[in-house]
Amino acid sequence: MTNISDLVTRAGGVFLLPVAVAIVAFFLIGVPSSWLTLTIAGLAMGMMIFLMASGLSLVFGLMDVLNFGHSAFVSFGAFVAASVLAWLSGWLGSPSVILNSLALILAIAAAVVFGLGAGWFFERVIVKPVYHDHLRQILITMGALIVAEQMILAIWGGAPVSVPRPHFLEGSIIIGDASVEIYRIFAFCLGAAVYVALHVLLNRTRIGLLIRAGVENREMVEALGFRIDRLFIGVFMLGSGLAAMGGAMWAGYETLITPALGAEMMIIVFIVVIIGGLGSIQGTLLGAIMVGLFANYVGFLAPKMALASNMILMMVILLWRPSGLAPAVK
Amino acid sequence: MSLLSLKQMKTDIGQYHVLHDVTLELPEGGVFVLLGRNGAGKTTTLRSIMGLWQPSPGSVTFRGQDIAGMHTSDIARLGIAYVPENMGIFGGLTVEENLVLATKAGKFDQTRLNRIYELFPAMEKFWTKQAWSLSGGQKQMLAVSRAIIEPRDLILIDEPTKGLAPSIIHAMGEAFREISVDTTILLVEQNFNFAKSLGRDMAVIDDGRVVHAGTMTDFIANQELQDSLLGLSA
Repeated sequence: MTNISDLVTRAGGVFLLPVAVAIVAFFLIGVPSSWLTLTIAGLAMGMMIFLMASGLSLVFGLMDVLNFGHSAFVSFGAFVAASVLAWLSGWLGSPSVILNSLALILAIAAAVVFGLGAGWFFERVIVKPVYHDHLRQILITMGALIVAEQMILAIWGGAPVSVPRPHFLEGSIIIGDASVEIYRIFAFCLGAAVYVALHVLLNRTRIGLLIRAGVENREMVEALGFRIDRLFIGVFMLGSGLAAMGGAMWAGYETLITPALGAEMMIIVFIVVIIGGLGSIQGTLLGAIMVGLFANYVGFLAPKMALASNMILMMVILLWRPSGLAPAVK
Repeated sequence: MSLLSLKQMKTDIGQYHVLHDVTLELPEGGVFVLLGRNGAGKTTTLRSIMGLWQPSPGSVTFRGQDIAGMHTSDIARLGIAYVPENMGIFGGLTVEENLVLATKAGKFDQTRLNRIYELFPAMEKFWTKQAWSLSGGQKQMLAVSRAIIEPRDLILIDEPTKGLAPSIIHAMGEAFREISVDTTILLVEQNFNFAKSLGRDMAVIDDGRVVHAGTMTDFIANQELQDSLLGLSA
C-alpha cells in the first residue's frame, strides 16, 4: 500500500485527480467523441473559472480577506468586454484575422484595465477599513456586489446582452467524430498562458516569494522588514484584473450575459477556492479544472444532478481533505 | 547609552491589560535573558518591541530613537530581528527561499552564509528542502539563521529550546554564544538551566511587570530569589 501511495505521490499526487476523473468518465460515457467534446469543454470552462478565482485565492490567503464582491469584477469585465466587442463589431465580422484579433485583444485589455482600476478603488475604499473583521468584510463586500449589480443594470439595462465572437473563433474543428469549439480551445490556451505567467511570477521573482511567504505568515514577513499592506494592494489589483479577464472570456463563451452573472459565478468561484486550498495558485487551477470537468460530465450523464454537482464535489473533497486539495500552507 | 530602553511600557491586547510596567535597560552586546512564569508577559514584551502589538507611546527607544508606534517593518529595518516562539518559518518555501527573503537585496553575503553553515550544518544539507519537511530542531536553526543572515544590532528570541532534544539545545546554546559576540540577543526563556549558561544580564517579569533586574551571576547565587520569582524547587 505504501509503495502505491509513494508512486502516486511521485507521479503528481492530487494533481492526477482530473486524469482519474477523465478516465472514469471515459468508461461511463462510452462514446469517445462525446467524451472528447465534454473533456475539452470542461478544461476550457475550468481555465476560465481559474482566471476568475486565482485572485480571490491569493487575496484570501494573503490577507485573510473574505471578498464576496470579487465576482463584481467578473461581471464588469464581461460587460466592458461586450461593449468593446459590440463597438468593434465591424472588425469582428471582418475576414481579417488581424482585425479579429485586435478587437479581441482590445476587449480583453479594456476589461483588465477596468478590473485593475476597480480593484484599486475597491481595496482602498471598501476592504481596507474592515481588515481583521470577517463579519464586516462579508457584509460590506456582499453589499458592494449588490451595488455593482445595480450599476450594471443602470448602465447596460436589465435585458440580456449578446456578445459577438470574433470571426476566427467561430465554429468548430473536427477531431475524429468529435466536434470541438475553437473558442474553447482558445479559452484553454489563454488560461494556461496566464497560469504559466502566474507560476513564473510566484516562483521566480522576489515579489512572488513575498506573496507566497505572506500567504503563510504575513506577520513574519513584516518582521523581516516588508510592508505587506502595500504588496496586498498589488495582489488585489492583479486578482481583480484576472477576474475581469475571466469575465470577458466567459462572456464570449456564453454569448449572452445578464447583470446576475456576478452573483451566479460567486458560488462557483468560492467552491473552486475552497476545494483547491487557500492561497495556492496550483490548488486553484486544480479546483477549477475539477469543477469544469465534473460539471460537464455530470451534465451529460445525469442532467438532473448538474446543478448540485459542484456542491457534491466540494463536500467529497472537504471530507477527504479539509484544507482543500493543495493548500499553500501545509 | 543603552541599546534598547523600555520605560514603563504598557501594552493592552483588546480589553486586557497585559503589560503594566515593563522597564528595562538593555546594554549592547551579550545575551540578556528575560525570565518569568507562563503568562507573565515575556512574549508580549518581545512582540511590543517589534510593534506587533502596540506599546504605550514613548515607552520603547532603540539607540535613542523612539520606536513605539512604528510599523513592524520599519522596526525590523532598524536592525532588529525577531525569532518567535512558533519559529515563524515559511513551510512552503525552501530553506534557501526562507533565508533569501531575510536579505535586503535578495543576495547572500557568502561570508555570513558560511558562518551559518558552520553554526548549523543542517542548513547546507537541506538547502533545497521545503521548510515544512524539517525536524523541529532544524526549523529552529532555520529561524535563527534567518535572523543572522544580515547584520543585526539586536535579535529577539522567544523560547528557542521549547520541545527540542538536549543535543539540539546544546548546539543552540553554542550558536547563541557565538552570535552574541557581535550581536545583542534578548532571550526569553523558561529553561533556566539553559538561560543561566548564556546570560550576562537578566530580568524577571511577572504579571506584566519587571520584578527583578540584575546580573545573572548575582541571580544564580541567590537561591531564595530564584525560588520566589521563578518557583524553582531547591
